[in-house]
Amino acid sequence: MPAKVITLTIDGRDVSAREDYTILDAAKEANVKIPTLCHLEGLCDVGACRLCMVEVKGIPKLLPACVTKVSEGMSVTTDSERLLHYRMTIVELMFSERNHICSVCVSNGHCELQAMAMRLGVDHMRVPYRYPTLPVDASHERFVLDHNRCILCTRCVRACDEIEGAHTWDVMGRGIDAKVITDMNEPWGKSESCTSCGKCVNVCPTGALFEKGRSVGEMVKRKAFLPYLTQMREGKK
Amino acid sequence: MPEETTNGTQAQTTLDICVAAGCLSCQGDLVKEALEKEIDARGLAERVAVRGVGCLGLCMAGPLLRVSPDGILYQAMVPEDAGEIVESIGKKPVKRLECDAEQSFFTRQVKIVLENSGEVDPDKLDDYTAVGGYDALAKAVGEMEPSEVISEMVTSGLRGRGGGGYPSGLKWGTVAKADGARKYVICNADEGDPGAFMDRSVLESDPFRVLEGMAIAGYAVGADSGYVYCRAEYPLAVKRLKNAIRQAERAGFLGSNICGSSFRFTVDIRLGAGAFVCGEETALISSIEGNRGSPRPRPPFPAASGLWDCPTLINNVETFANVAPIIRNGGEWFSGIGTEKSKGTKVFALAGRVQNTGLIEVPMGTVLRDIIFDIGGGIPDGRKFKAVQTGGPSGGCIPEQFLDMAVTYESLAQAGSIMGSGGMIVMDETSCMVDVARYFMEFCMTESCGKCVPCRVGTMQMHELLEKITQGRASMKDLDLLEELCEVVRFSSLCGLGQTSPNPVLSTLRYFRDEYLAHIRDHVCPAGVCKMKSPSKIHAEVA
Repeated sequence: MPAKVITLTIDGRDVSAREDYTILDAAKEANVKIPTLCHLEGLCDVGACRLCMVEVKGIPKLLPACVTKVSEGMSVTTDSERLLHYRMTIVELMFSERNHICSVCVSNGHCELQAMAMRLGVDHMRVPYRYPTLPVDASHERFVLDHNRCILCTRCVRACDEIEGAHTWDVMGRGIDAKVITDMNEPWGKSESCTSCGKCVNVCPTGALFEKGRSVGEMVKRKAFLPYLTQMREGKK
Repeated sequence: MPEETTNGTQAQTTLDICVAAGCLSCQGDLVKEALEKEIDARGLAERVAVRGVGCLGLCMAGPLLRVSPDGILYQAMVPEDAGEIVESIGKKPVKRLECDAEQSFFTRQVKIVLENSGEVDPDKLDDYTAVGGYDALAKAVGEMEPSEVISEMVTSGLRGRGGGGYPSGLKWGTVAKADGARKYVICNADEGDPGAFMDRSVLESDPFRVLEGMAIAGYAVGADSGYVYCRAEYPLAVKRLKNAIRQAERAGFLGSNICGSSFRFTVDIRLGAGAFVCGEETALISSIEGNRGSPRPRPPFPAASGLWDCPTLINNVETFANVAPIIRNGGEWFSGIGTEKSKGTKVFALAGRVQNTGLIEVPMGTVLRDIIFDIGGGIPDGRKFKAVQTGGPSGGCIPEQFLDMAVTYESLAQAGSIMGSGGMIVMDETSCMVDVARYFMEFCMTESCGKCVPCRVGTMQMHELLEKITQGRASMKDLDLLEELCEVVRFSSLCGLGQTSPNPVLSTLRYFRDEYLAHIRDHVCPAGVCKMKSPSKIHAEVA
């Protein structure tokens, strides 16, 4: 049965959308750009980065656009001073959490966190840096995991589980000590489940996962293949 | 009521000793053994029975012993007292061990949830049925339609006792209406608030009651299986619950053909590994499913899509413990207790700087001053009351000016706190409110699951700032940043843990801002709790 079409307003503009759309889908179709980091087309959404939070009229809470379904007559604001302020603070918190030093990062210039900071106008930090001591796992023959750059968006975890079907990646630890791991927290190079497909590397928004032997200019992530793979697998058109 | 002893004769006297975790930790089990030995040695086994019962309430005076039918209450016993106590049976009570059973702590309470606590042996189904246990279940499945059960719950006005205060009848109705071939009932026994032990005591003292509530819920919403998600740190509760499930199954109160009807309901226990966030319903469901216990955005709510994507009813231990009396006595009866919007009673774990620490149950709307000064006996050592922290890490500190406030969901919220699951930590002038905020923030930081950025990093940054303040190293700019982070974390976190974690900071800032300023501007902790670096040392460091 075809999905019903409903109408809603996004930033004051009337928009039509299929009933099974999320606010993010509807916004994208209407060419309204809502910032996202953990969201990636082709993967399930988890609502973890909180950058896509929007205001919906009549609901006191802010809602993540990536997992909130549209409804008839909904009035969505994606861009207010309050939202911008929250988004900027969240990006600052991300920078403060680990050691994101762009000038010595292999993803410099191709990093979604960096691009997000520029887009939102985060040009200085108000929250203090933590400077944690974190390891770099270069045990894999082709790839490297640098925990210092990880923002725990779990795109790698989801791509490996949902697309590759290996579930090599997962998250361990709580709160600020949470980190991505391969298998049962073994070195990536010793992972028995890893198929070395490289999907995790290509979906990583930052320099946390990168290919060995590539220069900054070469280390461009190719993530557009994910929706294609998902569509093919699910037989969608 | 005379107790039937092991040899089948009716005992004339019963010694009921509390065997809940609090009293066991003060050698309650040894006292019980010593009493049994003493009775055997004196050949009194036919006349005197010793019985382990649930929590008698006044935990600070444990181990507690009640002599029935004489109605004498003894406190703080040691095994060596056994001889003297047995000797005194039928004679004058042992003065030095006596606990005043007529004090306000006992007389001012109204017990619904805890009515069997201290009255029945939590290990014996017969004890439970003797006081009317499982009558409500039999009534529900035998005489009522599921919709009638739900309407009785709606009439009662019971609100979720886990903290949210959502109308229980409405939740039951939603799950009953939801589409799904299978439905589940979950009892949330993942109590993890600092200073709270209500659910633990209920499970340890009256496990059958919780199972009965779950079975009635299962019948009402159309579920045939349920889970109790209990934290593994509560081994005694788990043990008693397991035993209660086994006995209820054998007696036909759980399993197939319950009370001779076609209704079937089974209960399993799932142990939580001790993550505070697993008390959040979506994280709890994820944990039962065998996944990492992290929350997911709602909607969909568990009532529509919960455990294994099936409609799921999740209620807290105390909520389920209220069900049987509501069905037995009717919703009208329940709604006659409490206030207009907060019905029934509430169990509080009274802890901190208060004379009588322990478990209490009072009607909703009881005035805070009565709870703390009358039932709680006031502040010890002649000190002054400063604040009471309610609702655990998601709650807030309520200062003296609200002491005459009636405790309801609404009034607490108005004062910047919440009911929460019922932890109540009393603080006197020796508590530093900045340090209290720091403590709760540390709890939230370490218990954050790490999924969303504001909670994972925001709570850490807030904790750092509070540390800085308590160490006298902070500036006014830090305070501004702290307030700003409170707002961001509150409005942008994914689940309740993050959204409510700024509450202790916000409430202490609201009522005790001067203490923050004293730490920052004058490098002084007014309560003398925080170890400050001397200002000259800080200046030297800066230079």
